[in-house]
Amino acid sequence: MDAQATYNYKVVRQFTIMTVVWGIVGMLVGVVIAAEMVWPQLGMDLPWLQFGRLRPLHTNAVIFAFGGSALFATSYYVVQRTCQTRLFGDRLAAFTFWGWTTVIVLAAITLPLGITTSKEYAELEWPIDILIAFVWIAYAVVFFGTIAKRRVPHIYVANWFYGAFILTVAVLHLVNSAALPVSLSKSYSVYPGAIDAMVQWWYGHNAVGFFLTAGFLGMMYYFVPKQAGRPIYSYRLSVVHFWALISTYMWAGPHHLHYTALPAWAQSLGMVFSLILLAPSWGGMINGIMTLSGAWHKLRTDPILKFLIVSLSFYGMSTFEGPMMSIKTVNALSHYTDWTIGHVHSGALGWVAMVSIGAVYFLIPKLFGQTQMFSIRLIDWHFWMSTIGVVLYIVAMWIAGVMQGLMWRAVNDDGTLTYSFVESLQATYPFYFVRLLGGALFFIGMLLMAYNVYKTVSGVQPEDAPVAQTA
Amino acid sequence: MNPEIVFTSAFWSWWIIALTLANILGCWWLISWSAKKVPGEAASGQVTGHRWDGDLQEYNNPLPRWWLWLFYFTLVFSLGYLALYPGLGKLPGLLGWTPQKQYQEEIAAAEAAYQPLFAGYARIPIARLSKDPQAVKIGQRLFVNYCAGCHGSDARGNPGFPDLSDDEWLYGGDARTIEKTILDGRNGVMPAWREVVGDPGIDQLVAYVRGLAGLDANTAQAAKGETLFSTYCVGCHGGDAGGNPALGAPNLRDRVWLYGGSAADVGESIANGRNGHMPAHRDFLGSEKTHLLAAFIYSLSQQ
Repeated sequence: MDAQATYNYKVVRQFTIMTVVWGIVGMLVGVVIAAEMVWPQLGMDLPWLQFGRLRPLHTNAVIFAFGGSALFATSYYVVQRTCQTRLFGDRLAAFTFWGWTTVIVLAAITLPLGITTSKEYAELEWPIDILIAFVWIAYAVVFFGTIAKRRVPHIYVANWFYGAFILTVAVLHLVNSAALPVSLSKSYSVYPGAIDAMVQWWYGHNAVGFFLTAGFLGMMYYFVPKQAGRPIYSYRLSVVHFWALISTYMWAGPHHLHYTALPAWAQSLGMVFSLILLAPSWGGMINGIMTLSGAWHKLRTDPILKFLIVSLSFYGMSTFEGPMMSIKTVNALSHYTDWTIGHVHSGALGWVAMVSIGAVYFLIPKLFGQTQMFSIRLIDWHFWMSTIGVVLYIVAMWIAGVMQGLMWRAVNDDGTLTYSFVESLQATYPFYFVRLLGGALFFIGMLLMAYNVYKTVSGVQPEDAPVAQTA
Repeated sequence: MNPEIVFTSAFWSWWIIALTLANILGCWWLISWSAKKVPGEAASGQVTGHRWDGDLQEYNNPLPRWWLWLFYFTLVFSLGYLALYPGLGKLPGLLGWTPQKQYQEEIAAAEAAYQPLFAGYARIPIARLSKDPQAVKIGQRLFVNYCAGCHGSDARGNPGFPDLSDDEWLYGGDARTIEKTILDGRNGVMPAWREVVGDPGIDQLVAYVRGLAGLDANTAQAAKGETLFSTYCVGCHGGDAGGNPALGAPNLRDRVWLYGGSAADVGESIANGRNGHMPAHRDFLGSEKTHLLAAFIYSLSQQ
């Protein structure tokens, strides 16, 4: 029977195509709101075009729609290929695709209408939260069900990271979304005051740590060695940094609440565990980049590998910057400035988006029975546009952020503030413009990708690959 | 014991201490254990022997030295930090530092540095200060940071927030009154009249009030409006519609409009009323800084 068995590529194809679609949608909204920061009149006095409503749409679309679809697609692909067995539960897997897509469509409708819990990265109201919970549980069953019926003795390292991501996000979502509904579109958090803030940032930072880090490290651990054609650099390092990473991330949330009503002891714990996170995070970067040793020449000709390796460089940079920003003295300068926005995007565009783009370029030909993408040259163009776009974006936000922090704290000889808030805003305008350019460049790169993907898959009758025989 | 660290029971304090140390020391054990060679395992540069999906394999290279030292350093730093600062449950830290203390010290240092300057200015009457360029400049800096949000950075106001640069005053423009307005705040209440005079009455009053200011208005309507005005409005705005600074009722004979002078704006003011709120700044800025702020605002109407 196994000789005829195939991998379930259908759900992987669906999520992979939607990764490209949602990437374009989410980044388009990002470009629109970046333009609104430069020209606020673009909101045209329409409530659902205002920055405050489109910003959560942007974050939800890029994190959960684009990033989420990329994680679903790659985890489903990786888990069956490395377990050498077909995905568990075809219909359940199909439910996760249609369920997740419904969640995204509901988000795209409710957020511009102003229906929101106002919890950052958890803005969706309770009926959508319940749907997310069901989809996520189904996801866990499909994933761990596949692990359980694997036909190889060992669980591949990518699956540890995907597994940790799936389990933790379930816990985070259930705890942080606990709310008392008062109507179909309005609920109140069950937590009071500073506790609510702490729960929110325990969720918020672990959304970064598990959704945007652990999940994408899983992706890295499959696609980097595959594309490089080299063994992982160190099994030992992967064990150590996995356990250290998942245990310490849990504590880091309070660094979002430095110098607030949060008790001092909680702030201290958030800071020290954020510092400890530096080495475990870099463990992943080292393992990825060193996997390439002996194959560096491939970077000259392979733009997919370029995407993957540059994403690891941005990962390393962001995970150095993050611990630095969590130090209270540094945070006193950086908090509430655009430095934070720059930091987030060096992670989100530089790491998450670029590793996903690399994975999608790897997957598309394989899922649609082609030997390679329609145009390698276009991938190269996409790579350079993305890289230059990210660099423009984060450099503009670094300068803007440090400038804002310094302007806000500058005092005259008489103790009065040297600058009004509006003066710091005026000084930021040129950098908002550079940020818009960087974001637009990254977005146009995504359009190239869409064209390339379309040309690769159009007219193709895809077939599922047969399950590999165990050695 | 630090009074600012409060736990509902000693259990939770110990719980935090135990979890924190378990995680930090657990990391320590993890890296020191995995830095050692295990007998019989694959050597550096050799694959472990596991294989997935055709060609996926793993080397068993040792942990990079520099990375291990970095990890150890962050663990040592963290333990040191938690010994010095609050972090381990109820333990206050050896330095006795609290955010509240840090705040109080910084405020005290600022007070010591700047108080003599402001105290010196506080002894000089506002009228004289308003001619002292240095004092006016300090007042302006205060204005830009604390007042510009409503009144605009040029003090020309916004709808609902009075223009402070002209010579029209709701509550009076002498130096003492300006200072009092800032210190204690003001509440300007215009009641809603739609229920009393009805929609036709609103239109008539609008015509009359706009006529008073010399704006284009229907004279027949205005004549009817005058009757309503003398019944309902004179109590606050005065028989000559010249306003009443004791109540903050505006003068309606000029062309200065707090909420706009179009027929629609005036109609809205009469029909639904207005609530103007100037917050008190006595506790927030203190009387000495307010004194300089008043000097700046006073100077604007003295030019």
